[in-house]
Amino acid sequence: MSIFKKIITAVRGGASEAGEAIVDANSTRIFEQEIRDSEKHITIAKRDLTEVMAKQMQAARELSQLQASIKEHEGYAMQALNQGNEALAIEVAEKIAELESNAADQQQANESFLKSADRLKELIKKSERQLTEYKRQLTMVKTTDSVQKATSAITDNFTASNSKLLNAKDSLERIKKKQALFDDKLKAAEQLESETPEQTLKTKLQEAGIGAQQNSAQSVLDRLKKK
Amino acid sequence: MNIHTIATHLNKLADETETGFNFDCTPINGDIDVLQVEIIGREEIPIFVSISDNQILCIAYLWGENEIKADLKANMMEAMLEMNIPMPLSAFAKVEDKYVVFGALSINSSLEDIELELVTLSDNSLEVISEMDSYLN
Repeated sequence: MSIFKKIITAVRGGASEAGEAIVDANSTRIFEQEIRDSEKHITIAKRDLTEVMAKQMQAARELSQLQASIKEHEGYAMQALNQGNEALAIEVAEKIAELESNAADQQQANESFLKSADRLKELIKKSERQLTEYKRQLTMVKTTDSVQKATSAITDNFTASNSKLLNAKDSLERIKKKQALFDDKLKAAEQLESETPEQTLKTKLQEAGIGAQQNSAQSVLDRLKKK
Repeated sequence: MNIHTIATHLNKLADETETGFNFDCTPINGDIDVLQVEIIGREEIPIFVSISDNQILCIAYLWGENEIKADLKANMMEAMLEMNIPMPLSAFAKVEDKYVVFGALSINSSLEDIELELVTLSDNSLEVISEMDSYLN
């Protein structure tokens, strides 16, 4: 059963009651062990891969050396033949045969190393995918466990402090009231500031047309007309 | 990151807050550390912060199963699903018989990110309750 399904089944089945863990500590440990094992396998496979790749490079190098040597000896054989030295040519030909046999062996080794390297690369990729998956599942298990423990701590705290979570609507109502009160206070403070006694008297005098009047466009126009 | 670092940061913010809110944080004892974060003026809807291996979880409780108008439950759930993506930084969930909004942050988040998350979560929870009003008793 997938971890996702396990969690859903457990939550639906009420496994969260009375401190019963959805996924017990033992399965978490098994998971963690599997992750450690996977990581170990990947490390070993990567080391093997390095070794195989080194051997393959060595085989390829030897193969190309052998091929060069074969070509070189073919040249020698031709020269011996041209000189009519059959005996030397046969000796060189024997050497070529030996070199060719070695080259065939190296060729085979080279191919086999290449195949091993491919297989190891594939294996590492597969293990890495598996590891990512294990880690994802472990996160789900641990998060479920953590939320469960947090919920239980929160519930215990509310019980201990003899308070309880309020009804949602009541909570919102209270918060809104507090906000309104705060806004009112702020408004009142602003009003109070603009209504200092001095300010009020000045305004009253101005309204009564007493004292210094504010210059308005109309008053300027009136003044100009009088000129 | 642990809850005490978060609590110390939020409690001493006072006038230096970047979000315009003040906080009161109290750690809660239990199997794992949980921090109860109250935003001043919104104490009725606290936010609970817990930290696991790879994430920081912030949860605000919205309402219980018993507060829902039974015949409108399906409509309410549909409305919540529709609202889930537009709601910034938070998502809906259900913990036991309580509906919640939560935000999950990386364990490597900065304290400013956490502060923003908490304030956004608080704003979201107030807005959600206000919007879902018609489905609740």
